[in-house]
Amino acid sequence: MNSIEKNLNELNKLETLQQRSHWMNELHPLGKLFLSVLYIFIVVSFDKYDLVSLIMMSIYPIFGFIVGELSLKDGLYRMRLILPLVLFVGILNPFFDKNVLFYITSNGVIPSDLSLSGYSLATFTVIPVTGGVLSMITLMLKGFYAVLSAYILIATTSIDDICYALNLIHVPKTIVIVIMLIYRYFGVMAMEADRIVTAYRLRAPSQKGIHYKAWGTLVGQWLLRSMDKAGIVYESMLLRGFKGDFRIKKKKLKLSDFVYPALWIVIFLFIRWK
Amino acid sequence: MHMADALVAPAVAGTMYVLSTGAAGVSVKKVREENDPKKIPVMGVMGAFVFATQMLNFTIPGTGSSGHLCGGMMLSAILGPYAGFLTMIGVLLVQCLLFADGGLLALGCNIWNMAFYGCFVGALLIWRPIMRKGASRIKIIAASILGCVLTLQMGAFSVTIETLLSGVTELPFTVFLATMQPIHLAIGFVEGLITAAVLVFIYEARPELLWGIGEKSSAEGKLSLKNTVLVIAVAAAICGGAISLFASAFPDGLEWSMEQVAGTSELEAEGGAYSAAKSIQETTALLPDYAFKGSESAVGTSFSGIAGSLVVVLITVGACYAFKFFSKQLKNNS
Repeated sequence: MNSIEKNLNELNKLETLQQRSHWMNELHPLGKLFLSVLYIFIVVSFDKYDLVSLIMMSIYPIFGFIVGELSLKDGLYRMRLILPLVLFVGILNPFFDKNVLFYITSNGVIPSDLSLSGYSLATFTVIPVTGGVLSMITLMLKGFYAVLSAYILIATTSIDDICYALNLIHVPKTIVIVIMLIYRYFGVMAMEADRIVTAYRLRAPSQKGIHYKAWGTLVGQWLLRSMDKAGIVYESMLLRGFKGDFRIKKKKLKLSDFVYPALWIVIFLFIRWK
Repeated sequence: MHMADALVAPAVAGTMYVLSTGAAGVSVKKVREENDPKKIPVMGVMGAFVFATQMLNFTIPGTGSSGHLCGGMMLSAILGPYAGFLTMIGVLLVQCLLFADGGLLALGCNIWNMAFYGCFVGALLIWRPIMRKGASRIKIIAASILGCVLTLQMGAFSVTIETLLSGVTELPFTVFLATMQPIHLAIGFVEGLITAAVLVFIYEARPELLWGIGEKSSAEGKLSLKNTVLVIAVAAAICGGAISLFASAFPDGLEWSMEQVAGTSELEAEGGAYSAAKSIQETTALLPDYAFKGSESAVGTSFSGIAGSLVVVLITVGACYAFKFFSKQLKNNS
């Protein structure tokens, strides 16, 4: 399976999740969007050594994945794109920050400000925990939580609903319409890209990617077809009464739309400022 | 080059959101002024096209690796800087939500690092001046390579600055920069070649689709007031960010004066009103001394603390499964 097919499968999976009947899907999109952004904001605001609070913050993704009946494997799979940069930034921390914060020993934890001279090192194992190790772990956790919370949002909220929420917070209509169109046509374009790649592979079976001699003609022709398609799309939209705006059906507010985010906000704030 | 949420501090993310929102506001105004309703569907389809094209692997001769199109440069060469910028915002948001490429909080940074440089710098400072007297194959190749290399270098530099300002890495500035810039120089060159190949094909097949060819700038030979203000604002933001790194270590003018006069930069006051005000301030201040509460301490990290928090996590897991079980039971009974 090539990368385009994998992405299309991922998109189909997401659409299935968004369309299922679950109370988390029924919640107001604005509340869910706000909650996700607030969660990420609070997670990244923790100090680089504050591992305890970060572990506590895992309750939101745990709740989302268990109660929301989401696959943790799919959530973790989404880490693949951001992982290289996060790893690169965090993995060298232990080499630069060698300040020992505490020691883990078989007899318990000894703070770094206590001297080890009084202890007989032969009697127990000593593992020094440096600031670099701790900051690397917290950085990974922050990246992990941010991806999982965004997954909870997108698995329970369709792009149309997110656009509705963006509309409510007065994001310019031009941007909202462009987002909706990109989402709607991405599937079509990706399928076309898949067809092109398949056809190319059949003609050049031993070729790993697209040969440089075909870069211009292959993508250029596809681009011209896309531009023509855009013209046809526009004309068909005009025929269906398009006047530069999309009509999005208003959503009614329920009690749970207020209670669910409010509860989480209280929990987040409690963990952040406990 | 997509930044993850973990790499940005809230203050950096907020600042970059403000800057990107400003650029988006200008772009929305310009697109509205153009008053071309046909442009919106073209923007949507082109955004989807760029998004899908980035999944194609282009073999780089003699290296065994592959590259993809430079989205910002491609969009601005066809749609212009303003519509291109708005389209890139859409592409970045959809990428972030659907494929977790980038983060919701880091979206402002990603818009700035990829869309702003790619569309504004690439189109207005590179593409348009080169194409002003008409286009040719050589000019398109030169503009594409130069545009991709320069904008990617600027983007990579911004990633370094934003990550370091966020304080998430212990990497020294020079080491981080020396790693980021050369990699992106190579990526920029390859992306420039691919973009050039596609744009040359468009130029030969349908040249009218390319933006800014043979178009004379209204403010030719001088900087307009708006551009001057924009350049100064961007320079001020960058300088402010960089200088604040050094400035924050020193006392400000008032603190310096107090230190000279009283021997201390913080005055002590006693009394009921003072202590009441102090306790209110301590409770409500989100950023005491320009940092989040308790941000300097590693006190929270101890074995008992970690063990306690893990117990809370385990209880949460149990509670969630119980919640799920009982809600299913309730559903089955009704």
